[in-house]
Amino acid sequence: MPTVKSLEDLKRIREEALKKREIKSAPGTIQIIVGMGTPGIAAGARETLKEILGMIEEKGLGNITVRQTGNIGMDSWEPIVQVQLADSTPVTYGKVTPYVVRQIMEQHVLGGKVVSDYVVPA
Amino acid sequence: MREIALHLLDLAENSVSAGAKNVTIAVCEDLPADRLTASVKDDGRGMDQETLGRVTDPFYTSRTTRKVGLGIPLLKGAAEDCRGGLRINSQVGVGTYLEVTFQHSHIDRMPLGNLAGTFLGLTVGHPETHWTFLYTAHGRQAEESFEFDDAPIKEILQDVPLSDPEVLGYLRESLEDGLSQARQVLRETQPE
Repeated sequence: MPTVKSLEDLKRIREEALKKREIKSAPGTIQIIVGMGTPGIAAGARETLKEILGMIEEKGLGNITVRQTGNIGMDSWEPIVQVQLADSTPVTYGKVTPYVVRQIMEQHVLGGKVVSDYVVPA
Repeated sequence: MREIALHLLDLAENSVSAGAKNVTIAVCEDLPADRLTASVKDDGRGMDQETLGRVTDPFYTSRTTRKVGLGIPLLKGAAEDCRGGLRINSQVGVGTYLEVTFQHSHIDRMPLGNLAGTFLGLTVGHPETHWTFLYTAHGRQAEESFEFDDAPIKEILQDVPLSDPEVLGYLRESLEDGLSQARQVLRETQPE
């Protein structure tokens, strides 16, 4: 069985993550939820999630929790992504392709500005 | 869904919805036997005989928002079209085991797809679930397997989240490298 990365590597990563946390006074956590029910998956939600995780890794974004959830029940808007900054009201985005993910991550998650073009009307 | 990995993602979501604490996804590519087998095993609430009889019915769904659930019937149909099949064992209060097989070389067989991306999403997206992923490749000359178990990883990380950028990189590389290394035994023996 090939051993790829050791758990020792992971211990080091943990130490570094904890050190970074001490330096930064932790701002509120950002929560991102991706709808991963059958219609979401069929509409490309896995690629949406992959892009979100890819951007977190690429840009080194801390304080973000990413969750996937079951069917949300708005099939025609899939893939659906919900973004919640700290204590503010969650914003629900629809038809979130990887391209839209980049806009949401840059403008909303990093800049705090809602990307209104893709918000699902209430 | 024209990718086995996407169907596995769909099935794994069902397991989580069924309250599973432990989910194991296994994929085996066996060239000498010309079989591709994929399975999802969970310890969720399980299904009774009546429900079990209906899950492969395209007009059955457990959800309330829409009347048609197509995931499992479509997968079953796709497998049967490729000299394979789908079977489910389930017991109320114990869990569910679903296995799907295809003739590996069948021209209509859907591609395996992005297993690493699927596994990464499940691990990070459902941190409260214990995930085990097992991939086995039987080449014509050699055999290799890769196992990913997130329990020791979570034990080390403790309160550091799986979505930490460095941790994400670690998980992604572990999955991508592990799968592609195990897959080598298939590549070396396959004609160009």
